[in-house]
Amino acid sequence: MITKKVYLYFPKSETEKPIVCELIRNFDLTINIFRAKVTPEEEGYLSLEITGTEEHLEQAYEFLKGFDVVIHAGSKAVHWDSERCTHCGNCLTHCPTGALHLADQATRTVAFTEEKCIECLSCITNCPFGVCTSAF
Amino acid sequence: MTKTYAEINEKIAAGKAVVLTAEEVIDYVDRHGLDKAAQEVDVVTTATFGPMCSSGCFLNFGHSTPKMRISEAWIADVPAYCGIAAVDVYLGATELRQNDPANMYFPGEFRYGGGHVIEDLVAGKKLQLFGLSYGTDDYPRREIRTMFDINDLNQAIMTNPRNCYQNYNVAVNCSDKTIHTYLGILKPRMRNMTYCSAGQLAPLLNDPTYQTIGVGTSVWLAGARGIVYAQGTQHCSEVERGANEVPVEGAGTLGLSGDMKQMLPEFVRGASFKGYGCTLALGVGIPIPILNPEILKRTTVRDRDISACVIDYASDYPQKTGKVLARFNYEQLRSGQVELDGRKVAVSSISSYHKALKICNLLKAEIEDGSFLLSEPSQRLPLHQGMNSLEITGPNK
Ligand code: SF4
Ligand code: SF4
Repeated sequence: MITKKVYLYFPKSETEKPIVCELIRNFDLTINIFRAKVTPEEEGYLSLEITGTEEHLEQAYEFLKGFDVVIHAGSKAVHWDSERCTHCGNCLTHCPTGALHLADQATRTVAFTEEKCIECLSCITNCPFGVCTSAF
Repeated sequence: MTKTYAEINEKIAAGKAVVLTAEEVIDYVDRHGLDKAAQEVDVVTTATFGPMCSSGCFLNFGHSTPKMRISEAWIADVPAYCGIAAVDVYLGATELRQNDPANMYFPGEFRYGGGHVIEDLVAGKKLQLFGLSYGTDDYPRREIRTMFDINDLNQAIMTNPRNCYQNYNVAVNCSDKTIHTYLGILKPRMRNMTYCSAGQLAPLLNDPTYQTIGVGTSVWLAGARGIVYAQGTQHCSEVERGANEVPVEGAGTLGLSGDMKQMLPEFVRGASFKGYGCTLALGVGIPIPILNPEILKRTTVRDRDISACVIDYASDYPQKTGKVLARFNYEQLRSGQVELDGRKVAVSSISSYHKALKICNLLKAEIEDGSFLLSEPSQRLPLHQGMNSLEITGPNK
């Protein structure tokens, strides 16, 4: 058995399909939903932990690819866009866990360690460049 | 041993110029000694990247049929100034989008404004122009609504009255409640502190008495070949300076201009400061020609040799008391924590050293490959100039 954290984005077209139900029924998976927002006729998000055999997980991923669902590895709904980050460092004194931190003192490069993020959303308020976003 | 602009440009054109960044030059001079290094080094590249509110651009749309003298205009719903010729407008970085609630529901978000429009233009996005006019015999059209991008414009000339502050305040909040400023969100009772300078990389900190940077200097403005067109507004050079002539407060500023069609989107970024407003963050690089050992010596300034003043943005700054709580150098500030009044205060930056360093290297590469030549300023920036306050006079005094 293996456990994976995934974060799914549902575009408008897919929000009315019972996708999670089928994941459980067809692939014998145990699903733990951390956060969810799926409203019919709007886009939606799901943050899940999936446990099952490797084979079943692979089949489940294949199954998901059949829909217009976007799959992100990782469990957090907070997203830090490395392409858009200016590395100003303004968020560093506002992030309580050090999830946002200086990866390199010399070049003052900012990086994000997802595992440390507690989704307090403080960086979303504090980043002047809209680099951090949350699905929820 | 001195060099001239012409000699340095000849070496650049021949691909033989020795160019170092403002960071590299520090060790280089330590190792080789000032005089030898002054012979060897031709150019030092300096840069900064950060919010620069006094920025904006002149846009020319070209004429529609029938013609129109646009008297009110909105680009992506952000108002642009039309009090100039028929289809010219000026769009300012801090302009709010029409109907933005501003701080009505405090703190406002200011998600999109002039700076974001400029970012979108440089990124090549299609935006909506909506314009109104009163109509004249020669310009009869009274309304226009159309989509355009930067390539449709005849000119898009960024023209910034005040960029590149020589040095800057460090902000804290001594009050009991959170405050929202252009230096970010400041937690109560000095729980955090923000600064905004590229320190040892910053252009005017590497040329503190304006020996080479003046009106007419060629600059790298977000990737375009720009120019210093005037002293910046609020240029106030008559301030306290350290033994190395480096000012301990704002001091000099530059008026910069450049062609937006040549700019790189990475260095033109709209910014939103919660509870304060929106603006534009810009990347600027300025080459310093090493004409003599003294100019070189100034470029070896280190973060620890540059001090900045800590000001309380809850009261002393808005009330203009002039009180300075403390001074720290940029090495201390960059360490992420300083001690003030016996308390440890977390420090962060609004300006990006990372991007400034990247610009120093990009400019260095352009000079090395012979594509960026230096220009001799036609006018020095004033070295002994103060700043007026606004006295409130008249019947409402
Ligand atoms: S505040 Fe935003 S732009 Fe600045 S380092 Fe943090 S995430 Fe990057
Ligand atoms: S959400 Fe909170 S913990 Fe996560 S990165 Fe942002 S500030 Fe840090």
